[in-house]
Amino acid sequence: MSNNPFPLAKADLLRAYRTMRTIRAFEERLHVEFATGEIPGFVHLYAGEEACATGIMMHLTDVDRVASTHRGHGHCIAKGVDVHEMMAEIFGKATGACRGKGGSMHIADLSKGMMGANGILGAGAPLACGAGIAAKFRRNGGVGITFFGDGAANQGTVLESMNLAAIWDLPVVFVVENNGYAESTAVGYATAVDNFADRAAGFGVPGVTVDGTDLFAVYEAAGEMIKRARAGGGPSLLECKMIRFFGHFEGDAQTYKAPDENERNRATRDCIKLFAQRVTQAGVVSAAELSVVDREAESLIDEAVSSAKAAPLPTARDLLTDVYVAY
Amino acid sequence: MARKISFKQAINEALDLEMRRDPSVIVLGEDTAGGAGAAGERDAWGGPLGVTKGLYPKHGDRVMDTPLSESAYIGAAIGAAACGMRPVAELMFLDFMGVCFDQILNQAAKFKYMFGGKATTPVVIRAMVGAGFRAAAQHSQMLTPIFTHVPGLKVVCPSNAYDAKGLLIQSIRDDDPVIFCEHKNLYNLETEVPAESYAIPFAEAYVAREGKDVTIVGYGLMVHRALEAANKLAKNGIEAEVIDLRTLSPIDLDTVIESVESTGRLVAVDEANPRCSIAADIVASVTEKAFGALKAAPQMVTAPHTPVPFSPVLEDLYIPSADAIVGAVSKTRKPAMAA
Repeated sequence: MSNNPFPLAKADLLRAYRTMRTIRAFEERLHVEFATGEIPGFVHLYAGEEACATGIMMHLTDVDRVASTHRGHGHCIAKGVDVHEMMAEIFGKATGACRGKGGSMHIADLSKGMMGANGILGAGAPLACGAGIAAKFRRNGGVGITFFGDGAANQGTVLESMNLAAIWDLPVVFVVENNGYAESTAVGYATAVDNFADRAAGFGVPGVTVDGTDLFAVYEAAGEMIKRARAGGGPSLLECKMIRFFGHFEGDAQTYKAPDENERNRATRDCIKLFAQRVTQAGVVSAAELSVVDREAESLIDEAVSSAKAAPLPTARDLLTDVYVAY
Repeated sequence: MARKISFKQAINEALDLEMRRDPSVIVLGEDTAGGAGAAGERDAWGGPLGVTKGLYPKHGDRVMDTPLSESAYIGAAIGAAACGMRPVAELMFLDFMGVCFDQILNQAAKFKYMFGGKATTPVVIRAMVGAGFRAAAQHSQMLTPIFTHVPGLKVVCPSNAYDAKGLLIQSIRDDDPVIFCEHKNLYNLETEVPAESYAIPFAEAYVAREGKDVTIVGYGLMVHRALEAANKLAKNGIEAEVIDLRTLSPIDLDTVIESVESTGRLVAVDEANPRCSIAADIVASVTEKAFGALKAAPQMVTAPHTPVPFSPVLEDLYIPSADAIVGAVSKTRKPAMAA
């Protein structure tokens, strides 16, 4: 094998690929399943954005916490939430990660540091500051990562949280997943600055913009910020410019996009294809090795869907449980 | 060992005792100590009315003065609770809930349920409530009904220093999100309070006065108005039973129903505005569950359906008075068919 020019060892390259492939397979399959009408409620798919969640989560351990968005499947998978439990949750089953009580928008697993997908945009930013506060008091070097989109980046909660994290040197990374659209509204319309990272300086926080379809760019920028945060250097803002392949929600006709936009993006800005090309061209990983991962990811998702469909529904008793610890 | 201290001193003691007992208890709020970053005294204020004064010198960086960012710091307190700490965040005036309500309503209240039981959010949000301070419409409301309505929240509103200390200690130890309401007009009221630590369970109403002729139910400042009314009624030979709810969620309806089964007459007093008030909630529940015991239509005595006015003469009309309560009791003594 050739020399490895990448910042990741081969095993980690394969791990990154597996994470991204698993997310992609999960989301593509959900797209198909949702169209059959069997999935209740709203789903918001992360397909096309895999490099962002993956590149960041590779730096995280059990002491770290993630506050996610409504488009949270990618964050959950990258953070290690069980894929079977996630699928069952989306189908509203009792074996779901949230016992069927939360659904796609509220998947959480606090044992894995996943503070929840969140249906309220921007709500995760203060929560991640709270994780930062807890980590500081415990002195465990933990960090809080808050993901939010280009739309939510304009929420007051996000702006307040940036200032709060800055004055208290909280170990928080604010990640703007700038995929160009807040629902159907383009970022150029809704935001006065061209780069969200430009706002960071205004808050006294270091900010960087990267190509969110480049796993290595995300990995390296996130690595620096997380390392600095762990060492007590305070918060940072990481803007990832990226693409979502699907609509805002499943069922979105996407007429706000240019007619060939999705096709072009899949052809030229697919973060998984771009990664695969780079690592195979460098001779570090072979196409055959990647194919194995492809098949394993598909098979895992197949299994997750089958077991979700076969899983039991919650019962009437479940309606009333877990409102309080004790009442 | 009993000695008299004020309601606000009792709150200060509760916080101090719990912070000494449990290192995961932290206190956050605007000017909670005061003087942060300034040239003069640190711990200059101890909160706007001095309730938390003295905590910063004792507990240092566990007392955190925040910027003017309720969404961020109330949310951060909630996030820290979800990560295992026990934050006590001060939302200076409960009227300010508007600027951070999502974090309370859609985050803290719902984590346990939405996440299938797998989250615990032991946060306490302390806030001043109530009128009489001439602080006008945006600093004087009794918004307890709004929080009581939300599943997943607990709501506490003590009427005296003894209850304040015991209920705040209980709130901090409780594993659910608690909205701890402190009536600003009761802050200087002194009661006998033990120096040691003690916790008062939720959903245990207190019978502040026994009586056989009518049941008067209230919380916070209204308990005192009800007791005043009871004294006036006693001069006319009417013995009122006064029940202090102490906690609105969970609520002790059993004590109220037991009393109504004995007196047959109910007057619910509430400083909140009338629609969807705690008074309306009590009357509806008692009517539904103990209709047969009632000898007369239950009465509600509440603030009017208006914001809180500024001019003292108007504010004093806004707050339910002892005379209004006496008037309501009189209505329960008219024959059931009469208007």
